[in-house]
Amino acid sequence: MTGFFDITRRGAIAALIGGAAALALGGAAQAQVSFEGKTIEWIIPFSAGGGSDTWARFNAPFLSKYLPGNPTVVVVNEPGGGSTKGTNLFAARAKPDGLTILGTSGSTQFPYLLGDPRVRYEYADWKIVMASPTGGVAYTSPSTGVTSAAEIGKLKGQKLVYASQGATSLDLVPLLGFKMMGLDVQHVFGFKGRGDGRLAFERGETNIDYQTSSAYLKNVTPLVEAGTAVPLFSWGALDEDGNLVRDPTFPDLPHFGEAYQMATGQAPSGPEYDAYFAFFTAGFPAQKMVFLPKDTPQEIVDAYQAAVTAMKQDPEYHATKEAVLGTYEQVTGKAAQALYTKGTVISPELRKQVVDMLTAEYNVKLGE
Amino acid sequence: MLETLAAAFAALMTAEHLGYMLLGVSVGLVVGVIPGLGGIAGLSLLVPFLYGMEPISALGMLIGLVAVIPTSDTFASVLMGIPGSSASQATVLDGFPLAKSGQAARALSAAFISSLFGGVVGALILTGFVLIARPLILMFGSAELFMLALFGLSMVAVLAGRSLPKGLAACSIGLLIGAIGGAPATGEFRMIFDTEYLYDGIPLVIVGLGLFAVPEISDLLRRNSAIAQGSVIGAGWLRGFLDWWRNIFLSVRCAGIGCMIGAIPGLGGSVVDWIAYGHAVQTTRKDPQFGKGDIRGVVAPESANNAMQGGALLPTMLFGIPGSGSMAVFLGGMVLIGIEPGPSMVGPDLNVTYSIIWSLALANIMGAGICIALAQPISRLTAIPFPFLAPCMIALICFAAFQATRDLADLVALLALGLVGILMKRFGWPRPALLIGYVLSPQAETYFYQALQFNGWDFLLRPGVIIIGLMTLASVWFGLRNRVDDTGTAAGAAASRASRGVQILFAAAMLGFFAVTLWDTTQHSFLGAVFPVGVGVVGLVFAAILLVHLWRGHDDHPAFYDYEIVGDHAESDDNGWFWTGPAWIAGLVAATALVGFYVSMILFFIAFLRLRARAGWVTTLTMTAGAAAFVLGLAWMLSLNFPYGLLQQSYDLPWPFR
Repeated sequence: MTGFFDITRRGAIAALIGGAAALALGGAAQAQVSFEGKTIEWIIPFSAGGGSDTWARFNAPFLSKYLPGNPTVVVVNEPGGGSTKGTNLFAARAKPDGLTILGTSGSTQFPYLLGDPRVRYEYADWKIVMASPTGGVAYTSPSTGVTSAAEIGKLKGQKLVYASQGATSLDLVPLLGFKMMGLDVQHVFGFKGRGDGRLAFERGETNIDYQTSSAYLKNVTPLVEAGTAVPLFSWGALDEDGNLVRDPTFPDLPHFGEAYQMATGQAPSGPEYDAYFAFFTAGFPAQKMVFLPKDTPQEIVDAYQAAVTAMKQDPEYHATKEAVLGTYEQVTGKAAQALYTKGTVISPELRKQVVDMLTAEYNVKLGE
Repeated sequence: MLETLAAAFAALMTAEHLGYMLLGVSVGLVVGVIPGLGGIAGLSLLVPFLYGMEPISALGMLIGLVAVIPTSDTFASVLMGIPGSSASQATVLDGFPLAKSGQAARALSAAFISSLFGGVVGALILTGFVLIARPLILMFGSAELFMLALFGLSMVAVLAGRSLPKGLAACSIGLLIGAIGGAPATGEFRMIFDTEYLYDGIPLVIVGLGLFAVPEISDLLRRNSAIAQGSVIGAGWLRGFLDWWRNIFLSVRCAGIGCMIGAIPGLGGSVVDWIAYGHAVQTTRKDPQFGKGDIRGVVAPESANNAMQGGALLPTMLFGIPGSGSMAVFLGGMVLIGIEPGPSMVGPDLNVTYSIIWSLALANIMGAGICIALAQPISRLTAIPFPFLAPCMIALICFAAFQATRDLADLVALLALGLVGILMKRFGWPRPALLIGYVLSPQAETYFYQALQFNGWDFLLRPGVIIIGLMTLASVWFGLRNRVDDTGTAAGAAASRASRGVQILFAAAMLGFFAVTLWDTTQHSFLGAVFPVGVGVVGLVFAAILLVHLWRGHDDHPAFYDYEIVGDHAESDDNGWFWTGPAWIAGLVAATALVGFYVSMILFFIAFLRLRARAGWVTTLTMTAGAAAFVLGLAWMLSLNFPYGLLQQSYDLPWPFR
């Protein structure tokens, strides 16, 4: 049996323990971080085959290539509880040795922002390695009489139907957004993904929808060309200072803020917009993030950030990334830190405001 | 068009492509043989190889994997009565009785040939269908999907057993178990009783293993013989082929059904085998032996489940909507290779689509060929004395069960559902009815709510709804006429009356379950509660009728049934304690809670082989070491951690003990 251990991925258990001891004892002596011969577990709190899993499996070999010592990076799926289970596990058990990292998604951020009782993790504890933004485009059916983004005002007073995955899912962003714009949208819940929702739109069951960027390009653009869908606006992207700007993938489409202005005549502001903005950031510009656990030494954090920065320059990474990640740049360093803060911090008042609205209008009960 | 076909064919027939496909097929076969792993685990194994591969070869590999899982999962279903995956649950119903009567090789060969044929027919249908599939798929709105869920539920009529109230109550239990967790309309959590595990509902693999595998293992454990009672184990290869040949039209029909149901996004692959099985029962005139080892009960689901994989490719490729777990993984793989699904798959990328479809046919041929060659040697497993097979099977189903959420709670849920399954088997409650209810519960509720939201009650007037509605009525009519009855005769019922007391107790417990769910619904909003209330009331009514039958029914009322009295083991006096099986499983679960799964499994093997099988130390240690190494190897390849216990919470142990 002992012979068998030597060939497992966690093979050098002795070395691992030794390494941990060296970390503890070495103190000032640890000039160089190296993961040579180690295995890094990348916890993905979702099942295999989903967006987050694909994202992690795409990034894992590059991470392995650029981390010092070229460790093996394995993706470990720990699904359950809408991603809270695996994340709780990470929060409770990961050691600050750089050998366990976590990949989160909007579905991990939202329960945290909403105060779901199942959440036993604290984002503020962690160290961010990188953030992967994504975007999305809202579009409507020509049956509403709208022929271009500029006519978004025409949607007011019309009965709109949207296929939603649930009021506390990522579809909370469109829910809050549409509501701010004063659109009368009936949210029909229980859809299993945005793809499912798009199908309902194509069947004519709904008349307003949104898709994430890559799905939009591949599946909605043909509808737009055929005249059965009209693009309205993109959710937008954040610049380095955290301002909402047009999505670089869709430079011709207004972003949400502009669309809001077209519909209402003024720029969005106020507590409702602040609440929207927190969930928008957690759901789009900071949708997927990679974290190191609490108390991870700065050297290890630096090593990771350097690896991600180097990885972004890899020509092979560039060549294939667009198919998997869309046209968005992976965010590191200060910008990632900014996204992380914006996407994971919400004031208690804003949280209460959103939760109360969801309870009153959609019967949402968070856990108990 | 012809050029596209030719180009696709040429790309397919290169040695490189075929080689990668064979690799995918081999991994798929290994993964499929182990219950509970399925395509998701298999893909995790292949993903590292995807980088830098030429897309057509990479696709071939993925397809090879996905295509053969419903072929090789038949081994566990037929030989051990363990549903290998959700696609072969119905195969257990007749396949396992065949194995028990020593005809494992016959059942397996019939199954594999049906799989092969179904897969190829599916691919043929798809070749034409893919061009017109988009508009057709779009015709199925929420209203039609709801009706399809009802159609699936109508199979309960076939599988309800001798006592209709029992069947309907069992189905209601299934519908309610399926409703545990977040309500589709509001997201509120139902019937969770403050247990975090129940938030996501109980996973399908647990329900399938608990209801079918645990009762069989438990039954076998009480006897000291092998699974197969006869002595014709290896023979029957040719017979299996002839069995299939005689039912070739059934096979064609079931392949068609499988392909179509797979192609409709939203219904899910888990009911395909049951619908095919129900169809076989409904259309069989001559000498039906369903439930007791009718080969048609093997041919039908096996023809359908491979064809279903082909059908399920359509929504995946055309709309990017995966119809099943393994399709989700396949979709992820496609994206990694750089193929984004969408309308272009029937436009500029049509050659890719065709090479996928035909890869599927080829993979089916490869997979079934290998399986047929293996059928004879592997079916000899059923001749091994069960006490030696049992620990492997128990470890295997536990391993399969915790793939669901990788949590100790998976094992606890398996044990709980296993107990329900054991008692249902004993008292003649139809387990398939429960399973169908469970599988279709989320669909029925979600699509009903959505149809009402989208169309109002007018949805009932849609032509598609009316057509499917009429099909459902016909299915109920034929189903009730040809009900599967594996629970014996009037004389058996009369004899079973002796244990009326415990039968009433079990029925009352089920009545209690309905009462608890109804109580739970009082805490929820209208939209969250309406479905469980409806089902709960129906269940309550039928459970009450059943109680009246059991209380006051005439001596040979069909409601009476006790396997302990009428089962074929009843005469033998070599029977162990009724609770032997659950006690051993409970022991393993309890030990896992203390010291984690891996240590417990090793201890369990030693204890079982020494105490129960009375094996010598050499045998015990060899088998234990073999099993430990096997499970460790699997876990290492899949990079998974075992469920942990108290020990691991207190001390930090190295993998695999942590």
